[in-house]
Amino acid sequence: MNIAFTTQGPDLDSPMDPRLGRTRYLILLDDETGDIQTVDNTAIDDVSHGAGPRTVQKLVEMGAAVLLTGNGPGGNAAEVLEQTGIEIYVGAGEMTAKEALEAYKNGALKKHGGA
Amino acid sequence: MKEIVVISGKGGTGKTSITASFAVLGGRDVVVADCDVDAADMHLLLEPDFGRSEAFFSGELAVIDQDLCSGCGQCFDVCRYGAVNETEGTYTVTELDCEGCGYCARVCPDQAITNVSRNVGDWYLSKIRTGSSMVHARLGIGAENSGKLVAKVKTEARKVAGYSGRSLVLVDGSPGVGCPVVSSLSGASLAVLVTEQTVSGIHDLKRVYELVRKFDIPAACIINKADLNAEVLTDLRDFMARETIAPLAEIPYDEAFTAAITNGKTIVEWDPAMAELLESSWLEIRRLVDSD
Amino acid sequence: MKIAIASGKGGTGKTTLATNLAAYMAESGSVVLADLDVEEPNSGLFVRGDLLVGETKYKMIPEWRGDTCEHCGNCQTVCNFNAVLSMADKVMIFPELCHGCYACSELCPTESLPMKRHPMGELKHFRAGQLDFVESRLVIGEEQAVPLIRQTLDYLSAGFSEDVPWILDSPPGTSCPVMEVVKDADLVILVTEPTPFGLHDLKLAVETVKHLDKSYAVVLNRFGIGDDGVLRYCEDESIDLVTRIPNSRAIAELYASGQLLYPVVPAVARAVADVADFIGNHLTGRRP
Repeated sequence: MNIAFTTQGPDLDSPMDPRLGRTRYLILLDDETGDIQTVDNTAIDDVSHGAGPRTVQKLVEMGAAVLLTGNGPGGNAAEVLEQTGIEIYVGAGEMTAKEALEAYKNGALKKHGGA
Repeated sequence: MKEIVVISGKGGTGKTSITASFAVLGGRDVVVADCDVDAADMHLLLEPDFGRSEAFFSGELAVIDQDLCSGCGQCFDVCRYGAVNETEGTYTVTELDCEGCGYCARVCPDQAITNVSRNVGDWYLSKIRTGSSMVHARLGIGAENSGKLVAKVKTEARKVAGYSGRSLVLVDGSPGVGCPVVSSLSGASLAVLVTEQTVSGIHDLKRVYELVRKFDIPAACIINKADLNAEVLTDLRDFMARETIAPLAEIPYDEAFTAAITNGKTIVEWDPAMAELLESSWLEIRRLVDSD
Repeated sequence: MKIAIASGKGGTGKTTLATNLAAYMAESGSVVLADLDVEEPNSGLFVRGDLLVGETKYKMIPEWRGDTCEHCGNCQTVCNFNAVLSMADKVMIFPELCHGCYACSELCPTESLPMKRHPMGELKHFRAGQLDFVESRLVIGEEQAVPLIRQTLDYLSAGFSEDVPWILDSPPGTSCPVMEVVKDADLVILVTEPTPFGLHDLKLAVETVKHLDKSYAVVLNRFGIGDDGVLRYCEDESIDLVTRIPNSRAIAELYASGQLLYPVVPAVARAVADVADFIGNHLTGRRP
């Protein structure tokens, strides 16, 4: 299964970025093979409006099944996510990506919106 | 690092005065981000030094190169905003009306139209009198505030907090219910709602709270001018209880707010009774962000 | 005659002045009051009447047709507002982000994005005696106030003579929604309060109206608190100071409960009469 993280840096030791749309990096972890794919999302700074949907589009292209992040998604991002079927878990904004993964496995993260 | 965002929906509720007070109470721990860029007043209380300043660009504007234009008028035909004007075969763009959609440039057969980035204002990184830093901005006249500028101010504030080892970013949020306030809230650990106990205050609070709920951000509330109308107060308390918004303080209507501002002070530096109320609110805010 | 009531800072008493002024003027003639602060319209909390018209206001956005789409992705490429996402198997439209430029629709090679109406707000028209009150309310999440403001002004133009005074309660600030209201006004009344915040934001508002080359004057609200910075600024810049509304707790309490002030507070009645006279003089070209 592919698990995606919104992070402030390019590896799993990086702190999570609590934001979805304007996250610095997206990391995708294949938890069966341990393969990691990192996408630099910093160019999102140049987007005035609609950062959320743009970032979700990247998540879809990466093939994420689960997303671990800090806050719930804003309205527009939520709408795309609903259509993609990606499961969202929130409340990991203050952790590192590794800690977020542990918290997710232990069922300590809150599933967002039941979507 | 935690981010506390103060919002109000309506203007004039005391949001900036209260945010500045928290900046003073937080002292060196707190980096301030003033995202109320349309009417940025925080600098009047915190004495920033405007140490670093940079131009900020957002959105685009179509510009027609008259040397390349053959006067075919296709730009005029496709513009839905009436921003392209024709006078005796010469086409020009009215800056105020252009929304920067770029359609005209795409259809121009002469490649005579370019989209240039608009300089909409400046942003600043300042040292302030609390011993910490503040990131703030100023918009040009008629410019559009946007999620982009708010995100920029917040990103820079987080950066400063990161490298200078401050534990909190305190955001004076944007007014209204549009894109800037959405961007103000994004990434927040706690939303502090400042409302006033008037029919307008509660009306606007309910509208802006819909956004907070969407983001799943915990919320706490300060009721200002809380002794003006008992009926509104009951309504407000019921609303907070229903939505599990943590009550922070009920502040009486007091002209000390104005007296403090007039003297360039925050309310906590001016009025001991107010200081007590806001100090306990600040402690509760710290407790809320540390426990989540 | 169009009179915009504006302020740089929020919460200075813009809506208080607009509603009291309109109700006062309606005692002696026809008046139109429009709440154009469409993000947070509050005039309706103070002014009531019989509902004459309630209508949804629309903007035009594209609608995706999956059966003809060839997924070329051009729609996303041409959208400067990130309102169109072209995914592998579908195209998603974000109505709140769409500026209605038609580029994606008209440049689609298979005509798979026809434009359709999308609700962006509600307009209501009330009447109480000689007062016509129109308010528009933006749908939450909708990002652009300007198209709704424009359509509300169009509604006024279609229904009312410009011989009647139009009191336009403007959005706060100095950004594009305010410009939209102020650019067509014959007179702009800037409401401020005697504090450093009020003065700072007043200066920004004055810059804005000067930029648009508009006649303007200042009303000082909550007079008695704060300092004399605004008074000195108006004097130094030779700006007309129409009137001062005194500060009082009684006024704050009445406002809190959603009541009009001038029928019960004589000082507000005098201030409102001053503004009405100023407008009357301005209308006949006899500047005081």
